[in-house]
Amino acid sequence: MASQNILNTPFLQEVGEIARFTGRFFREVTKPRQEWEEFINQCYFIGYKTFTLVGITAFIMGLVLTIQSRPTLVEFGADALLPSMVSVSLVREIAPVITALICAGKIGSGIGAELGSMRVTEQIDAMEVSGTNPFKYLVVTRVLASTIMVPVLSSLAIAISLYGGFLGANLKGDVSWALYWYQAYKALVFADFVPAIVKTIFFGFAIGIVGCYKGYTSKKGTEGVGRSATTAVIVASLLVFILDLIAVQVADVLGFT
Amino acid sequence: MCWVLPDTMESFESIIEVDKLNKSFGENHVLRNFSLSLKQGENLVILGKSGSGKSVLIKCVIRLIEPDTGKITILNHDISLLDQDEMDLLRADVGFLFQSNALYDSMTIRENLEFPLRRHWSKEEREAKAEAAVKEALEDVGLAHTIDMMPSELSGGMRKRIALARTIILQPKVILYDEPTTGLDPITGREISELMNRIQKKYNTASIIISHDMSCIKMTANRIIMLIEGRNYAEGTFENLIKNNDPKVRDFFEGL
Repeated sequence: MASQNILNTPFLQEVGEIARFTGRFFREVTKPRQEWEEFINQCYFIGYKTFTLVGITAFIMGLVLTIQSRPTLVEFGADALLPSMVSVSLVREIAPVITALICAGKIGSGIGAELGSMRVTEQIDAMEVSGTNPFKYLVVTRVLASTIMVPVLSSLAIAISLYGGFLGANLKGDVSWALYWYQAYKALVFADFVPAIVKTIFFGFAIGIVGCYKGYTSKKGTEGVGRSATTAVIVASLLVFILDLIAVQVADVLGFT
Repeated sequence: MCWVLPDTMESFESIIEVDKLNKSFGENHVLRNFSLSLKQGENLVILGKSGSGKSVLIKCVIRLIEPDTGKITILNHDISLLDQDEMDLLRADVGFLFQSNALYDSMTIRENLEFPLRRHWSKEEREAKAEAAVKEALEDVGLAHTIDMMPSELSGGMRKRIALARTIILQPKVILYDEPTTGLDPITGREISELMNRIQKKYNTASIIISHDMSCIKMTANRIIMLIEGRNYAEGTFENLIKNNDPKVRDFFEGL
């Protein structure tokens, strides 16, 4: 009886509902009649429309990281290692995680609010009565687009942040373009990129599925729409950190560190 | 219970049969053994107070809500036995006009009307016939000039007409109207009621109309079912029911 009460908490019910929603995604994604046109639209909205924000943030991130790391390295006489340190930090951890957090904010809240608003104004019901599977049209396309576009954005963010790092290194020092990139790449091996990109696929999936779940199951009118958008961001951001923690452990076990 | 069945309806073919439908939300029993039969070409009005289960009833009919028990047959198909694809195909024959209109607010009017076609027409059919079908549906509701506008640019009455155009674009055999005139001024409400009658004549549709707008009911109803406490409390034509002396029936027709 006591164990039943523990299992009956709202938190675990929510986890169960998200797991069921995710299960439905995997069932629907393999069924025929793919919504390619909507999928391409969503790739455009999620990828292209987020690129400017991600690009600016990545550039500042690389610049600031370099400027702030420089005094410490100078203190130890290791300022020559600045490009290497910046590139390893950005590629392995900072660029993928910061990109995912930006996407959780922009994409997660956008999907949560859009689907939530469609739910409370009966637009999702209208799709269903017109014979269109709204789950496939709205959820599957958005989750797939998010899963694909977050790694793409993250890769671009890595490149842009490294460029920001180059400018940062030249603000108070003098590192040539060729030397900076030579040192940045010398510190990296292919194994650094694999976990960095693979984990962003999971980040993208988590952001998409949480945003869609919160919006698709939205209740209680406009107040519910606001709550869906907010909780989508909070849960997706939290999941990004949890997945990052798991990814680091798995990469360690598999010898990628 | 007071039953007044109009004889004229018996000869028509049955389009929708609802048999002993029950639906509860927790302790709230919304529908209790509710039954109805909708005939070809008939306009059946379900009349009842707010919260009496009228909208739940038609959402059960289109399977947006699963009933607890009971059987619903549409065009001789028991909908509980249909899988999702079969139900989606059947939905081409059943139009649904939402109380809130439920227009897709990020799409133009043209895209709104084309949306139901994408599931039921092939790409070749859409390329060949969609433009003409959209224009015809818009002309039916007198709003051909709005084709490239957004729903947010239209008035409440115009949105209702566009929603109706989207409902009829697949030329369904039956249309379910969820409070079609609620929230509209009396003149626009009357125009919508006239439009419903015109569409019914043009496409020979049967309709279930959920309403408590007496003006709309008087203009559109061939038969009325009064839904009280989840039950079929009284049934008959407008003229039959207005003469009924049952206090609960009289409450609705008071002042007319």
